[in-house]
Amino acid sequence: MKYYRSHILVGINEAAKQAGVDVFVNKLQDQISTAGLADEINVLETGPLAFFGRGICLTILPENVNYENVAIEDIVELVEEHLLKGRPVHRLMLDSAAQFKPKFNYDRRIVLKNSGIIDPESIDEYLGAGGYEAWEKALLNMQPADIVNEVKASGLRGRGGAGFPAGLKWSFTAPLNAEQKYVVVNADEGEPGTFKDRLIMEGDPHQLLEGIMICARAIGASMAYIYIRGEYKLCIARLEKAIKQCHAYGILGRNIFDSGFDLDIGIKIGAGAYVCGEETALIESLEGNRGNPRWKPPFPGVKGLWQYPTVVNNVETLANVPFIIKNGAAEYRQFGTDECTGTKVYTILGDVAYPGLCEVDMGATLRTVINEYGGGMKKGFKFKAALVGGAAGVILSDRMLDVKMDFVSLNQYAAVLGSGAILVMNEHQSIVDMLWSILRFFRHESCGKCSPCRIGTQHLYDLISKIRKGEGSMDDVEMLHTIALTMKQTSFCALGQSPIMAIASALDNFRDEFIAITKK
Amino acid sequence: MIKKVNIWLDGKHLEVPETMTIIEAADKYNVNIPRLCYHPDLPPTANCGVCVVEVAGNPTPKRACCTPVAEGMKIVTNSKLLRSYRKTLVEMILSHHDVVCPTCSANNKCELQTLANNMGVDPDTLPNIMHKAPIDATSPSIVRDVNKCIACGRCVTVCNDVQTVYALTFSDRGIESQITSAFGSGMANSACVNCGQCTVYCPTGALRENSDIDAVWDAVLDPLKHVIVQEAPAIRVSLAEEFGMELGTITVKKMYAALRKIGFDAVMDTNFTADLTILEEGTECVNKLKSGSKRPLITSCSPGWIKFMETYYPDLADCVSTAKSPMSMFGVLSKTYYAQEQNIDPANIVSVAIMPCIAKKFEARRPEMRDSGFQDTDYVLTTRELLRMIKEAGIDLKYVKEEDADETMSFYTGAGTIFGTTGGVMEAAIRSAYTLVTGEELEEIDITAVRGLEGVKEATIPVPGFGDLHVAVAHGLSNARLVMDRIREGLNTTGESPWHFVEIMACPGGCVGGGGQPYGNNMAMRARRGEGLYHEDRNLPIRKSHHNPEIKRIYERFLGEPNSPLAHRLLHTHYFKRSVNNGQVIEEATHKHH
Amino acid sequence: MFLDICKKYPPTKDNLIYILHEIQDTHPQHYISEEAVQVISEYLAVPVNHIYGVLTFYSMYSTKPRGKYIIRLCESPPCYIKSSDIILRRLKSLLHVNVGETTKDGLFTLELCACLGVCGNAPVMMINDDVYGDLTEEKIDSIIDKLSEV
Ligand SMILES: Cc1cc2nc3c(=O)[nH]c(=O)nc-3n(C[C@H](O)[C@H](O)[C@H](O)COP(=O)(O)O)c2cc1C
Ligand code: SF4
Ligand code: SF4
Ligand code: SF4
Ligand code: SF4
Ligand code: SF4
Ligand code: SF4
Ligand code: SF4
Ligand code: SF4
Ligand code: FES
Ligand code: FES
Ligand code: FES
Ligand code: FES
Repeated sequence: MKYYRSHILVGINEAAKQAGVDVFVNKLQDQISTAGLADEINVLETGPLAFFGRGICLTILPENVNYENVAIEDIVELVEEHLLKGRPVHRLMLDSAAQFKPKFNYDRRIVLKNSGIIDPESIDEYLGAGGYEAWEKALLNMQPADIVNEVKASGLRGRGGAGFPAGLKWSFTAPLNAEQKYVVVNADEGEPGTFKDRLIMEGDPHQLLEGIMICARAIGASMAYIYIRGEYKLCIARLEKAIKQCHAYGILGRNIFDSGFDLDIGIKIGAGAYVCGEETALIESLEGNRGNPRWKPPFPGVKGLWQYPTVVNNVETLANVPFIIKNGAAEYRQFGTDECTGTKVYTILGDVAYPGLCEVDMGATLRTVINEYGGGMKKGFKFKAALVGGAAGVILSDRMLDVKMDFVSLNQYAAVLGSGAILVMNEHQSIVDMLWSILRFFRHESCGKCSPCRIGTQHLYDLISKIRKGEGSMDDVEMLHTIALTMKQTSFCALGQSPIMAIASALDNFRDEFIAITKK
Repeated sequence: MIKKVNIWLDGKHLEVPETMTIIEAADKYNVNIPRLCYHPDLPPTANCGVCVVEVAGNPTPKRACCTPVAEGMKIVTNSKLLRSYRKTLVEMILSHHDVVCPTCSANNKCELQTLANNMGVDPDTLPNIMHKAPIDATSPSIVRDVNKCIACGRCVTVCNDVQTVYALTFSDRGIESQITSAFGSGMANSACVNCGQCTVYCPTGALRENSDIDAVWDAVLDPLKHVIVQEAPAIRVSLAEEFGMELGTITVKKMYAALRKIGFDAVMDTNFTADLTILEEGTECVNKLKSGSKRPLITSCSPGWIKFMETYYPDLADCVSTAKSPMSMFGVLSKTYYAQEQNIDPANIVSVAIMPCIAKKFEARRPEMRDSGFQDTDYVLTTRELLRMIKEAGIDLKYVKEEDADETMSFYTGAGTIFGTTGGVMEAAIRSAYTLVTGEELEEIDITAVRGLEGVKEATIPVPGFGDLHVAVAHGLSNARLVMDRIREGLNTTGESPWHFVEIMACPGGCVGGGGQPYGNNMAMRARRGEGLYHEDRNLPIRKSHHNPEIKRIYERFLGEPNSPLAHRLLHTHYFKRSVNNGQVIEEATHKHH
Repeated sequence: MFLDICKKYPPTKDNLIYILHEIQDTHPQHYISEEAVQVISEYLAVPVNHIYGVLTFYSMYSTKPRGKYIIRLCESPPCYIKSSDIILRRLKSLLHVNVGETTKDGLFTLELCACLGVCGNAPVMMINDDVYGDLTEEKIDSIIDKLSEV
């Protein structure tokens, strides 16, 4: 490999594309050549960087300086100042407002270890980083039962929401005799504030594919589908390209590595419905139906897609698998806690200095995640609340900042971890407003199948709208709670069971705000 | 053998088959679990949430209608919490509902109303959030009032899975979701075949017949009109249950009396033309058999089936008997033969039919059904509408004194009466066709192979001089599909149909389970009604259509002989090809050549 | 023309979603007409009602003609607290339409949608296939200006 003095990582995402990143990269390279630095400086177009800046964003390594909103007009200055003279251009730097310098813990990363480091569109770079070694091992040196046992031993839990142990799930499907089995990857990601799966797929599509392959081998599936939301155009393009590359390299297809094992991976897209993230609704959608959930049992693992046994896993869940197979369960258990092993990918949003993407050991406190990885509060703002887990999540107050972020610890706040969204609110923002927006979301996304959710979501929205306008009473607030509770107990799927979480946590932690805004 | 499991239902230990759901187990042991969307004839949609019960070991309640029992399961069906959830739930349902019970067609029959009453629910707890949508009354048969729909999904299951018509779907989502035909076209512009099964299974007043009660009252009260009435076979066995008499009791003479009390000028009987149908259809069948045609003859008196055939199997239209239904034969004769016999100007005759069927409303308005020079049948009332009229007139059928029908067009045989149940037309036809072919009388006339509620029934009857007669009977349109697909396949491959003669009725159970029958019925009740008809058949003095003296008389005095030119002109019809998208006529499928 | 699109996919029901996407995307008015549904119905041997039910379930499809550009502004909580409502007001006044309406010149249809998964750049909207993030009122003006040319 060639040795470069510096790497410039250019994050390629929708926002960057909108800002004309293609032209930008060409100009940047020209300028670097003009400056005579072409041999010293490597420009790398990559997936998501560790932070969400506006427009075109760059990370310059090894000094780890982050720039956002860089324009073509800035290129000359950037090359002159930073690359030639070594003086960062402060006016373009992202973290000038941060209280803490965020951590870039590459050594503690599993899922994102390649993200922002390698070119996601190149299978060679993935292979160069040790990619597909786990697949080869799983296919040639392990029996399906060994794979299932290894994943079981790793303690890996599903990252799609409920935290169900992945190995256990596989172990239900693996022994079934069926003429066909499927792996379905849940990449529908609709939870507001959540887009870690998008970033995983954009940043390292091959890692997901490798996870899928191992799962398919473990359960005996010859076909896998990635169900991905229609809006994720870049993911779709990258995954399609990655699948093609795999076929070209004989990593997918018939008789892979002469093992006698066949596997293909297809991409299926959604058309805009949050409920299709629910695994049975997703299967309905895959079959070309309305996305109404199905009753369980039978579970998809027994009767799923077209009534065949189907393992449905989240993107992040599967992206953990290559590491486990390659390094073993024991190594994996070095991460996280005993009950919740491994790491978790979060998207930190809102009023933090460094909104961004991070991967942290399970069990880190919310405070740690916000302060160390989000750079703390934005200068001049005070922490008020965090919406953890998206619309189906809970609103935590500053008294709960020390909660451990894992499936078990969050239970004490009836909260869920799965989606990995952390939306931080400052002291000026209204909890009632936030709740209004959440309940509007549920009203819009109820599939309408079952009465409690279909009608309940409308009442919740009407009530919170009334309260928000100052026209409600505390009786209305109580009614809000009663309806949401009935929905929790009687709704057909987890969507209708969810609004109680935001409502109850808002009332528990911020009741004063409701008292203040309601009529006496 | 199905394995049994031990469960504890409200503390009571039971052993039940492992294939049961909790609600099935509870129903079997008379433990009442409230429910709205569940119906024992249909797979659960599990939409309403009212049936929730506590199952030990689960943090949230489970739906009883779709949760299978399991070994060791401990179930609590009633608790303070469950009651409060259910109550809030019913309040929520009522808050998105146009609550106008007194004027609702489902009043007193409505499962939602009953549940709300039983639970003591206050409809004013929550603000009503119903945005009233227009009522769809485009179809002559069916009215759809989404303001009364609770989205239980039964109608969609029935229409799509039981009847395979695919006229209804859920559209949109969330609070906006509703049942509809595609693009909100209205039922008249959909594939709906008017079988009315959705109206029977709808727990509320959201789907009902397009009512003709007012028009019939107007006619009855108009002194210038001569209003005559016919009643289909299935009616006589479906009234008793509404007046506290045993289900399946035959109340034919009380029915005649009630109709006179309502004010009809002449009370006759569709069973008479059912016998006539046997002669027309039977003759057609025998001619076909004798000609050596390999195409089967399929019965034609179910208008739901006829529209279905025109929509999905127009290529086989020439296999379907050209005989009109008994109702339409009656209609055309009422304004020709009857008018002539009684010396009444047919223009003053109002011909009313009481049918178990809502498709008959559509049939009556088909342009072909005007061979008398007028609309042959003016109004069709369903069993439900008749019941409403009887109640409106303040009549209690239980205490009405029996009366006979008028003399003309009312005498009937056992063959005519069993038309009302699946297999009945086939059985009646065989009784006469046998004689038409062999010239001899069939001795064993109870043809049990075609009785009962199996979806497709087959039988082989040895007919001397002809050989084996292969017949099939299907009821419910998904079963009709099975039969029609086999016929189509047979004709397209070997050129032969598996059967010579086929009976198809649109409604599961036949007309006793018709779309106009009293609410709250299920397959078990349909079977009881069918048995009622077989019971009447056994007790009638004459049990074969060709022995009906009135039938002989009408041929002698008016029609000539079966399939005569006049019979063809008045009693036969032809068919069209219809669009699967909107049910509209595309072109003729068979033609009428005169 | 609808049939040509259908034929790109094997005639199985699971392809319905793709066929609908492609028919809508290639239609100048970005919608799915009754005629289109009938053609698909025949091609896939799936009843029109089923297709109608599916079509109205997913928020990306429309049964009514729309503009050349479909603006889908995210209204989910993360965008909302970044003032997506101000962006909405701006769009409404700039285009003289309400949510769900199309401008008189047939260029723009304004819609609201749930989280687009680009919350890092909230507030966010999509116009057809393109994402626009970190929206400000000025940015809205220039985007609309640019698209209104030609
Ligand atoms: C309303 C709703 C939305 C959901 N959305 C998603 C989603 O976007 N992505 C996801 O992976 N799981 C989602 N889930 C969870 C899935 O049903 C399922 O549990 C998950 O895909 C299983 O994968 P895992 O075991 O790997 O977590 C959702 C569940 C519900 C009820
Ligand atoms: S809870 Fe809501 S989303 Fe889930 S099935 Fe019921 S209506 Fe649909
Ligand atoms: S449907 Fe039932 S509850 Fe509704 S108005 Fe009619 S009778 Fe009353
Ligand atoms: S409840 Fe009955 S009696 Fe009382 S006012 Fe109403 S209709 Fe009349
Ligand atoms: S009347 Fe029959 S065909 Fe028409 S919608 Fe109802 S069930 Fe379907
Ligand atoms: S119309 Fe009747 S049967 Fe159909 S969903 Fe509504 S309430 Fe249920
Ligand atoms: S069989 Fe049914 S449709 Fe035919 S006459 Fe009898 S009741 Fe009427
Ligand atoms: S089976 Fe009887 S009730 Fe049903 S559509 Fe046919 S004639 Fe009418
Ligand atoms: S003669 Fe005419 S009316 Fe009679 S069956 Fe033949 S085509 Fe039909
Ligand atoms: S009866 Fe079980 S959900 Fe309605
Ligand atoms: S309400 Fe019970 S399962 Fe439906
Ligand atoms: S087919 Fe004759 S009764 Fe229906
Ligand atoms: S909340 Fe708007 S894009 Fe996610």
